Amino acid sequence: MTKVVLPELGEGITKASVTYWNFEVGDEVKEGEDLVELATDKATFNLPSPVSGILKEKLKEEGDEARVGDAVAIIEER
Amino acid sequence: MGLVDYTSAWEIQKQILDKIRYFAEPNTLILCQHPHTITRGRMSKERDLLVSSLKLEQLGVAVYPVERGGSITYHGPGQLVVYPIFDLNRFKKDLKYFLSSLEEVAINFLNNFNIEAQRRPGYTGVWMKDKKIASIGIAVRHWITFHGLAININPDLEYFSLIKPCGLDVFMTSLSQVMDREVTINNSLKGKLLEEFKKVFALEIIEGGL
Repeated sequence: MTKVVLPELGEGITKASVTYWNFEVGDEVKEGEDLVELATDKATFNLPSPVSGILKEKLKEEGDEARVGDAVAIIEER
Repeated sequence: MGLVDYTSAWEIQKQILDKIRYFAEPNTLILCQHPHTITRGRMSKERDLLVSSLKLEQLGVAVYPVERGGSITYHGPGQLVVYPIFDLNRFKKDLKYFLSSLEEVAINFLNNFNIEAQRRPGYTGVWMKDKKIASIGIAVRHWITFHGLAININPDLEYFSLIKPCGLDVFMTSLSQVMDREVTINNSLKGKLLEEFKKVFALEIIEGGL
């Protein structure tokens, strides 16, 4: 199991909101594929999947806030 | 580029982003103007659009939901739109740094016309007192940026009344309005903007057409 964690985004940015999931739970994802989109006030950015596998769980839904360092998804590697 | 249809410019940005991602191509700046267009960023709310879609159709204004940050905005002739497709891995992986650098470019550019534009604490964009002159909204994929900066040079400001710009109760202004004379988008003006990009991001600029 690999956690997908919200990385450091820049000085003073502590959180972002989830705006769009590109995959559903149970979907197969490849390493580097855009898993989920998040947004700060004026910027959106993607979180790529760090590994290839199955999206096991979304820990944040669209509209939820995530703090830097929070896990937003769990990928089961294959 | 001159007047470019919004969807074409959008597609080109994504193609360049992929080339930068997969083939380490150079960072790219696109300067253009769009026909009357409204774009809605991810933070856009239904109430930010103040007229019906029928009215927009009659006015010939296209509306596109887009993947950038920020809310609703208007683009049209007389507004200089700049799309920096920059790999932040080559600069600094910091969204604040990038947004703030775009503001700096716009402020320095306006300084060329002896105009003292400012940042407004808590808001992104560039302001002349309480009116907004430049708007910013970006998207970042794999730390490569797209979308960008729009500076009002001499657009018909009436079109902004169709929307609640950036979801705010704000009035927009333009370089022409501030200077009280008609300023047009020409090569010399675009050259000034490129010069400021060069300084702020320490770039070497190779000009080319598409």
